[in-house]
Amino acid sequence: MTVTTPDRIEPAAPAAEPAVVSPLRRFWIEFRENKVAVAGLAGCILIVTLAILAPLISPQDPYDLMQLDIMDGRLEPGAQGMAGQTYWLGTDDQGRDMLSGILYGIRISLAVGVASGVLAMMLGASMGLLAAYFGGRVDTLIMRIVDLQLSFPAILLALIMVAVLGQGIDKIIIALVAVQWAYYARTIRGTALVERRKEYIEAARCLALGDARVVFRHLLPNCLPPLIVVGTVQVAHAIALEATLSFLGIGLPITEPSLGLLIANGFEYMLSGKYWISFFPGLALLLTIVSINLVGDQLRDVLNPRLRK
Amino acid sequence: MRIVAHGVLAAALAVTGLGSAAAADLTMGLGGAVSSIDPHYHNVATNNMINRHIFGRLIDQDAQQKLVPDLAESWKTIDDTTWEFKLRKGVKFHDGSDFDAKDVMATLSRIPWVPNAPSSFRIFTGQITEAKAIDSHTIHLKTATPFPLMPVFMAGFAIISDEFERAPTEDFNSGKAAIGTGAYKLKQFVRGDRIELVRNDAYHGTKPDWETVSVKQITNSAARVAALLSGDVQIIDQVPTADFARLKKDKNIGISSVVSNRVIYLSMDANRDSSPFVKAKDGSALAKNPLKDVRVRKAMSMAINRPAIVERVMEGQAIAAAQFLPETFFGTSKNLKVEKYDANGAKKLLAEAGYADGFSLTLHSPNDRYLNDEKVAQAVAQMLTRIGIQTKVEALPFATYAPRASKLEFSFMLWGWGSGTGEVSSPLRSLVATYNRDKGFGPSNRGRYSNPKVDEILEAALRTVDDKARGELLAQASEAAIFDVAIIPLHYNINNWATRAGFSYVARTDESTLAMGVKRTKR
Amino acid sequence: MTVFLIRRLMQAVVVLFVMSLIVFIGVYAIGNPIDILISPEADQIERERAIEALGLHLPMWEQYLVFLQRAVTGDLGRSFAFSTPALELIVERMPATLELAIAAMGISILVGIPLGMWAGFRPESLAGRAIMAGSILGFSLPTFWVGLMLIMVFAVHLGWLPSTGRGETVEFLGLQVSIFTLDGWSHLLLPAFNLALFKMALVIRLTRAGMRENLLMDYVKFARAKGLSTGRVIFVHVMKNIMIPVVTILGLELGSVIAFAVVTETIFAWPGMGKLIIDSINQLDRPVIVAYLLITVSMFIIINLVVDILYSVLDPRVRLKEMKS
Repeated sequence: MTVTTPDRIEPAAPAAEPAVVSPLRRFWIEFRENKVAVAGLAGCILIVTLAILAPLISPQDPYDLMQLDIMDGRLEPGAQGMAGQTYWLGTDDQGRDMLSGILYGIRISLAVGVASGVLAMMLGASMGLLAAYFGGRVDTLIMRIVDLQLSFPAILLALIMVAVLGQGIDKIIIALVAVQWAYYARTIRGTALVERRKEYIEAARCLALGDARVVFRHLLPNCLPPLIVVGTVQVAHAIALEATLSFLGIGLPITEPSLGLLIANGFEYMLSGKYWISFFPGLALLLTIVSINLVGDQLRDVLNPRLRK
Repeated sequence: MRIVAHGVLAAALAVTGLGSAAAADLTMGLGGAVSSIDPHYHNVATNNMINRHIFGRLIDQDAQQKLVPDLAESWKTIDDTTWEFKLRKGVKFHDGSDFDAKDVMATLSRIPWVPNAPSSFRIFTGQITEAKAIDSHTIHLKTATPFPLMPVFMAGFAIISDEFERAPTEDFNSGKAAIGTGAYKLKQFVRGDRIELVRNDAYHGTKPDWETVSVKQITNSAARVAALLSGDVQIIDQVPTADFARLKKDKNIGISSVVSNRVIYLSMDANRDSSPFVKAKDGSALAKNPLKDVRVRKAMSMAINRPAIVERVMEGQAIAAAQFLPETFFGTSKNLKVEKYDANGAKKLLAEAGYADGFSLTLHSPNDRYLNDEKVAQAVAQMLTRIGIQTKVEALPFATYAPRASKLEFSFMLWGWGSGTGEVSSPLRSLVATYNRDKGFGPSNRGRYSNPKVDEILEAALRTVDDKARGELLAQASEAAIFDVAIIPLHYNINNWATRAGFSYVARTDESTLAMGVKRTKR
Repeated sequence: MTVFLIRRLMQAVVVLFVMSLIVFIGVYAIGNPIDILISPEADQIERERAIEALGLHLPMWEQYLVFLQRAVTGDLGRSFAFSTPALELIVERMPATLELAIAAMGISILVGIPLGMWAGFRPESLAGRAIMAGSILGFSLPTFWVGLMLIMVFAVHLGWLPSTGRGETVEFLGLQVSIFTLDGWSHLLLPAFNLALFKMALVIRLTRAGMRENLLMDYVKFARAKGLSTGRVIFVHVMKNIMIPVVTILGLELGSVIAFAVVTETIFAWPGMGKLIIDSINQLDRPVIVAYLLITVSMFIIINLVVDILYSVLDPRVRLKEMKS
């Protein structure tokens, strides 16, 4: 987005109202201005496609123990297995084909990252807005819960959840939502406190619009930019956090590895030169996160009412 | 891996460099954490390892866990229920006071007294009904029944000075009461970080090579290897198998190995009629628990390709196991051979037992306890799945795994057992003897396996003072248990230490890392 | 202001109480620590004795009451593993973690804000894009992985810095600190940088976003129209506005740096609170876990309070009486 001339900047308030052009179309026109972001979008689409099609395109079902053979363990990329098949990206210590492992791993990492990110954002944003808009006791209550939540180390929370609920993707998502929502709440409250003092909110209130309408139609759009910044960071963070939990041995089940778990597993081979066990999943993780962020950055610029032309 | 170009910041940072250690200084990197210097507070391997530097014992264990004299010069039975220990003369504590029978009596009195002990050393002294100091250097210990393991048990705890009979644990941690007869004196204990030791020049035994020893706790294995590679420490224990091949090739690194006293094994619920994680393949309940059938257990044992696990998962750093302890240990059987891998035979045996179509099973395993624990579990699951027993793996941190296993929530588990006594009665009593609180049998028998024949031979062995006869009975008990597939032994770990060139270590079967065992070698 | 503080304080007490209850129940749910603590060679009777010695034979609510009773007098119980009062254990480890956390924050601010401002000021330039790409790497790579790479490169291959542990400490105000010795700094640098990476990325992004937004604001144009230099506009006026979200997030993050130092401390064998908590979790050392969490919660409450006060200083539109909450 290039620097705009002053006279083309519109005041913030009208921007919150629906525009005349189809919003989706205008959104796309603005979005495609940045070529790098378009490449990021293409990357996202590719990764999502790979994730969805994983069972169809993987050479091996990495979850089926019948198809794994430890005699094929730790083979180099391009090596041939006992049954004559070629492992293009090598195998890990269990004889799991890294290519298949990565395709399935993307599925799990994406599911975990996006699901927990979206749920946490919905929960956190609602809480933060409520706190800022109503203030008083509501604010106190919510912000104290936030304090409580933020001081609870993710690792301990995850360990307790594993103990009480057992391992599994759904449990990890619950744990990650529980860890993240407070960040959104805290961030949006900070912005909303400033926004709600502004004239356009006063105006909307004077028009006797309902609280819900003021909060979600007027307050929320103007609080979105920082939320999206935190959001793109958090989705990436969620994926990395899941990897860290796996590294500490309290993440996903070992037989159905995510990208993070694949990296964590290969991590101990880094010193011994068997780079492929963690390098390729690491590369896949990096591409995934970079793509999400490129799209996120552009979304932020496009969605920001104050940067709108 | 990309390595940043050398030299850019080198000049600026070189001043802070490694600072090569003086000739007689040693820094060791340990994988375990030391919680206390009080030798009677918490009976756990890493604490015992450290207090061995500072305190002597009546009897010591050498690198192979054979008993050797330390503060007791000799010992014998004088009747069925009395042991006599002759104490060494002329031994001095670090504070210059003399060692005599009073100190032994004070130690025996302190062990059961220590407040809040989470794992008391009373397990080594509980059998003593009466302790008497005959003269200043002779001790008589009486028991209710004949007790052949007395010398082994006397090697289990440290002797303190009678001055500190009622010293609280803090006094040991602060160093005030950490006065022993050992080869090293405590200089400083920094909890969670390091322990500093200095040589005791008045030590009665062989003087160690190192004047000062710094013991660092580096629990992450990759970080431990990195510390060795960078020269920050001169020796590390618990060498990860993943790095073994690389370290072996490295000119600057030496490796010391010995087969350990630890067997990795599978334990099965062979008691309940319906076990929580044993199901038909479609998830429905089974009429009876197949694990109660010895043919099924045998088939499972046959289905496991132990050499493959040793070679691929353990990278050669283990030995396929046939029984509870490697054959070199006391009380092992010469007749037990490693189960041969025979998938077809296993399938036949399963069919014979009425499970031609197999069933499904969940193997629970810790993921932070034993060397490559969850990887071994996965390999086992692969192999069992191949004979039709659909096996899932659930790997948990030991902190959640152990309490759940003790509540008997699992059906099929991976465990390890290191024999602290260095002979077979320890695993037999704890793992396969029928669970019995009053006899103290089967405390770690989490499959609640029960076989009257094993119990009977074991009890006879525990009453037999004659070493040879006892050894034979223990071997018989091992055979009875293994023929009945009480547990499925997988492998014995190999303990590895890696040292910088110029250093070597006398590898120990009990996994301890002792500065006394680190020697200087020519490069 | 005073009323505001008193109310906050009262809330804090309630939060601490609720927290202790939740943690107590949570840790209780994980399992009985005796299975981890006791020697495997111990028999059943010895096990029962140990359970009793540690007070684990009481029903949970009774254990909690005992804890509460002592907690009121400032005694949070003794560690099962160390036999030391839990509070003492944590306070002993605190300087190491605080050192690490503050150094990490310092690095992320000193590096992050200038980079972020540049990336926001010249978003289309090569440097601006490179900074953003770098910041993405900062939070894409798992901390443990980066930590090991740092050790590999700077300790093993180059040999510039030590790989593990904390350096020489000196006593300062009764605490053992290592930031006054050269040896201390050489040990601190790698772990602090490792811990700082993620925060640095966050600071860069927040600063850049704030910068870009503020540059388009009317006040900037007015300031420029008045003939103020670009430098003055950016460093005085824009910077003040950028600081609001940055301060919020950093306030939160200082706490989380402390809570999440676990991984860095494990990799670098740094003897701080993070390593203590993970060790305690691994041993189900309940008194330490509970005490640790109560202390971190207290720290959070204080940090949040400071953030709210800073808010009112930085942005006069937000008044404390509004947040008397």
